Amino acid sequence: MTLTGPKALVITAPGINCDSELCAAFHAAGAQPQSELLQRLMRTPSLVDQFDLIGLPGGFSFGDDIAAGRIMGALMARSMYPALREAVLRGVPMICPCNGFQIAVQAGLLPGPSGGGEQWPELAAPASVALAPNASARFADCWTKIEVPRDTVCIWTKDLRIDAPDDVLPSAHGEGRFVASPHVVERLEAGGQIAIRYASSDNFNGSTGAIAGVCDPSGLIFGLMPHPERYTRWTQHPQWTRIDAGVRTHDPLGLRIFRNAVRWVRGDRRGAHFEELGASAL
Amino acid sequence: MSLGEIVRFEVRAGHGERDPRGEALARSVGVAGLRVAHSSVYLVGGTLSAAACNRLARELLADPVTQTWEWKRLRGAQSGPASSNKLAPDAIIEVHPLPGVMDPAAQSVEAAAKALLGDDLEVRTGARFDFWGVSQRDARSIVEQHAANPVIHAVFDEPHHPEAFPHGSAYGLHIREVPIRELNPTQLDTLSRDAHLFLSQEEMHAIQREYRRLGRDPREIELETIAQTWSEHCVHKTLKSTICYSGEPCGTHARPGHEGQQSGRVMINNLLKSTVAAATHELMGTIPQCAGPGVDLDAPAIDWCLSVFGDNSGVVAFDEQHAVCFKVETHNHPSAIEPYGGAATGIGGCIRDIVGTGQGAKPIASTDVFCVANGDLTKVPRGCIAPTRILSQVVSGIRDYGNRMGIPTLNGAVWFDDRYVGNPLVYAGCIGIMPRNRTHGSVAAGDVIVAIGGRTGRDGIHGATFSSAELTDTHADEFSHAVQIGNAITEKVALDAILAARDHAQGCLYHGLTDCGAGGFSSAVGEMGSSLGAEVHLDRAPVKYAGLTPTEIWISEAQERFVLAVPQGNIEALRAICDEHSVEMCELGTFGTPDQNIVLRWHGTEVGRLDVKFLHAGIPSPIREAVWDAAWSRDNAKFAGSRAFQPFQPADSQLNMMEAVVCALLAHPNIASKAWIIRQYDHEVQGTSVVKPLVGTGQGGPSDAAVIAPVAASSRGLAIANGLATGLASDPYIMGLAAIDECIRNLVCVGADPSRIAILDNFSWPSCKDARNMAALVRAAWACYDAAKAFRAPFISGKDSLNNQFVTEDGVTIQIPPTLLISGFAPVNDIARACTMDFKHAGSKIILVGTTSDRLGGSHFALVTGLDDAGSLEMPIVDLTRAPKTAHVVARAIAAGWVRSAHDCSEGGIAVALAEMAFAGGVGAQVDLASMPTGGRQLEANALAFAEDPSRYILEVESSDVARVCAHFEAAAIPHAVIGTTTELDQLRLAHKDKSLAALSLAQLRSSWSTGGA
Repeated sequence: MTLTGPKALVITAPGINCDSELCAAFHAAGAQPQSELLQRLMRTPSLVDQFDLIGLPGGFSFGDDIAAGRIMGALMARSMYPALREAVLRGVPMICPCNGFQIAVQAGLLPGPSGGGEQWPELAAPASVALAPNASARFADCWTKIEVPRDTVCIWTKDLRIDAPDDVLPSAHGEGRFVASPHVVERLEAGGQIAIRYASSDNFNGSTGAIAGVCDPSGLIFGLMPHPERYTRWTQHPQWTRIDAGVRTHDPLGLRIFRNAVRWVRGDRRGAHFEELGASAL
Repeated sequence: MSLGEIVRFEVRAGHGERDPRGEALARSVGVAGLRVAHSSVYLVGGTLSAAACNRLARELLADPVTQTWEWKRLRGAQSGPASSNKLAPDAIIEVHPLPGVMDPAAQSVEAAAKALLGDDLEVRTGARFDFWGVSQRDARSIVEQHAANPVIHAVFDEPHHPEAFPHGSAYGLHIREVPIRELNPTQLDTLSRDAHLFLSQEEMHAIQREYRRLGRDPREIELETIAQTWSEHCVHKTLKSTICYSGEPCGTHARPGHEGQQSGRVMINNLLKSTVAAATHELMGTIPQCAGPGVDLDAPAIDWCLSVFGDNSGVVAFDEQHAVCFKVETHNHPSAIEPYGGAATGIGGCIRDIVGTGQGAKPIASTDVFCVANGDLTKVPRGCIAPTRILSQVVSGIRDYGNRMGIPTLNGAVWFDDRYVGNPLVYAGCIGIMPRNRTHGSVAAGDVIVAIGGRTGRDGIHGATFSSAELTDTHADEFSHAVQIGNAITEKVALDAILAARDHAQGCLYHGLTDCGAGGFSSAVGEMGSSLGAEVHLDRAPVKYAGLTPTEIWISEAQERFVLAVPQGNIEALRAICDEHSVEMCELGTFGTPDQNIVLRWHGTEVGRLDVKFLHAGIPSPIREAVWDAAWSRDNAKFAGSRAFQPFQPADSQLNMMEAVVCALLAHPNIASKAWIIRQYDHEVQGTSVVKPLVGTGQGGPSDAAVIAPVAASSRGLAIANGLATGLASDPYIMGLAAIDECIRNLVCVGADPSRIAILDNFSWPSCKDARNMAALVRAAWACYDAAKAFRAPFISGKDSLNNQFVTEDGVTIQIPPTLLISGFAPVNDIARACTMDFKHAGSKIILVGTTSDRLGGSHFALVTGLDDAGSLEMPIVDLTRAPKTAHVVARAIAAGWVRSAHDCSEGGIAVALAEMAFAGGVGAQVDLASMPTGGRQLEANALAFAEDPSRYILEVESSDVARVCAHFEAAAIPHAVIGTTTELDQLRLAHKDKSLAALSLAQLRSSWSTGGA
């Protein structure tokens, strides 16, 4: 049985540097990744239309000068926002780890329209949440335990079973402290838009409500500070040499997040551009 | 660009929001009642309407959720909406980069503002600090100590709002000739020093002779080029010179290029070629092998070295399709003056070396090793920066550059010794991967000389010659132009464009490339055109600002630049790639001239002409004296430099002496946790890590080496490690052997294949004009030769940094200890068999491999307890016949899957190694020191616990596997013993037969190790 997976767009730009592991994660989850330069996409935003999944990788876009994601966010808000909004409306899931999260917030993509559902404004709205410098004022690379709220609408993290001690994710950033007013947090909670939290003991950057990632009201756009794309193989786990080989048989947590979205795309025909040859059952 | 006026923007944390940068500054000062607020300042020159100012602030400069902003014109007092309603500060200090200093954030704002508003604006950035609880004068001194460096920053006592930005004016050509032909020897010396050429009198004479022969005087640009090319930094003239060595030999075996004389002295023809490089060539079978200790003359020649010593890095085979390359650089002198910029541009330059190897490699890992004075050394000589600031700034520099490049920094070390006070050492390493068919570049006559990447500026002029000089208390003022701030993103986009051009659908678009490092264009074009010559139009180089002279453009070491040799037909395809990646590219000229000269032009006019042959072969090679003086060297190597020794006192009265020593060793800065450094590096970017720098439960243990899996979908790994044994510096031969043995042990412990280890040498030495230091260098080079051959671990690349000594204002010379860093890498055949150092579970047997002695010289036990203040104790020396065999036998046991954890026994002896394994794994251990192999000698408990004998490994083995593992070692006649068991108890217990010596809780061990490094 030949199966052609859904096509995943991975957007790169000056200073983006986690594109290769994001491509590898999409690939491992059964999608076909393709990197495209922002320059090219800004010239021809309709290129986005060919894709079933989108990834906005981590890195230091444009040096993260001024603030993380600020410049790339401003550029994308100007030139790519309509195409990306269209993509969401046609059901394309989008993952934005780390710098991608910072960019998506600055570009008006997250946390998305406050009216809920499909009421995206014509022009990118100013951010209502922020990813501010870590409380320590230092860059930190570490692994944390995480929690997924039961009621999340995020199609990437929905129904993930997080119960094993190896269900952890790596983070590596200097500006990942999630900040939002109590009323915005309340709204996000009510809408099921909190997609992922650090375990309360592991809130290393001082985020409000230990929030590590949020989604838009549709649950398709997922921004998070951790890097699930860096935990798709067992040997990436920081203590894998301590974990019995018998335990290391299921998919690592990061890979499960990507598989979740690929499965969702396969089930949801709205945005399907891929072909499944001889697939008898989904 | 026409400038209307300068608008000043301020952005700060909004009401009730945290201000981590201000808080961090207040924290690092640690004065009670002090509060600091930080604001970002942007000075924007141009014609801006109020609406445009508001847009710039709202959409680009400030975060709508967490920050507020305001803007001001110099006149007209039009201000933006949000103003602060806070208490007036007691002091305001501002920090702005000096004119001409790289300001990457300003460049980004300019580009983004252009995209946003469509206007060309000129931007400068700065930082404002508001203080409460200190006077203006104290605030200034706080900023000068913690947040500014006068070499690159201007500090203001009020908000800085200039009328206009300083600009250079256009350069009007005039060609300056230097009348060298008539100078007498004294005048030659004066010229060399005043023009910052740093050439010896003999070298100046050689230049004089050449220009007398040519019948003209050199033009300034020619003299500068010769000085750069002949600098120690570029040509390694000391290591390549002929040396006459007298004193105690190291062994009686023959070494190539060495000639014994009747007087007992040894003449060495080109030290580097006759030692470090000779070992590699003997192992590769390209020169005949000499017999020596541990040398197997029947072993087959090594065929996996693909490019050694010739290129910007050394290249070895990784698998059938891929090659990997490794380079380690020092950036000591710039880091002494501006540690942040020095370290950042150090790693930036090393990364460029990797990108500029063969036809281009992709950087996949970085390493860093620092040598600094102890943190408690608070009184430093004038002209030196406090060691804690040096360390935190070099870490920040590596972090900001490496993280932005997306290259994991995953292996390193820090060594503390007060003699590094004036000359901190900053080693930066980088590893790359490339297809096997891209390991060699070339240059063809007619190729276009293409420069890509950053613009050329006045920054970084004279870096090559400066790095070859001795530092004094006035160097910070004299050489500030040699110090630079890097812009990692410029380098990242250049890297992306180069790899896209290398992997172009029509094949690689260029024949060869190199980076612009020391010497700038003069070295890059000079090296690439060394057989063909080149014609260079210097006026075509993109510059940062107007007014640069042709000489400045030719020798500037401005960062982030590469030179490519591109066939004319590929120029357009390359330009398209550069455009798409936002990389600047220019055609500087053409390789190949009729007479193989390098011809320099400025708008068509010839401004310089250099004979390539004289440039590369004209340097005179004097005979250098090396006189080994063991007593002097021992005296020099006294631990802790000039500090008065305090007798060891247990810090905790609950502990007995041995317990207290174990805790003190774990807390010693050389041994203690480096987590605060490691965590600031993105050591996992690219997603390839297999063994991380911190391992074990809670990632609380120090890994011996890092392992990555660089090829997606391949189970083949690459282990990366280093060895540094500066404690043994009183005999650099012993030190060199120990460093190589340590590097190899580290690699073996994580599962590397010891038959495929390639290593690198980095010498940092005090002045070799002193014959005693020269002799120390010879002995270290002998160690490299002997050990590389015995271990069959070829050197593939190396570098030296000499003249690391500091002259204080009182005229006292502080020499660094001779320091040899060995870096190494090797494949791990199957990453599933990679091994870590943390004990895995209770009930395993602990096996010690290797013999222990009572030679405590150079040990950390001696250092901590003050035993070796006179440097008189005997030091342990690597047994070259046994050490390689031990490494192979241990590696086979790991590869077979018999070993649950493995740890190298180094600083602090087995007591420290066991403690680390125990707290890293959260598993206790019970060990009987009396069962350790000692070659049949009776040793005291302290020697058993703390001796740092080389070639020892601790292995955790399942009880059921013990018999076959022991049989395995027995068959190879390697000394080993089961010395204990892992236990359920959360304790490390050391005993000697029935006598209990120490019982320490894992919590206490972990806490000593963690807090010692904080």
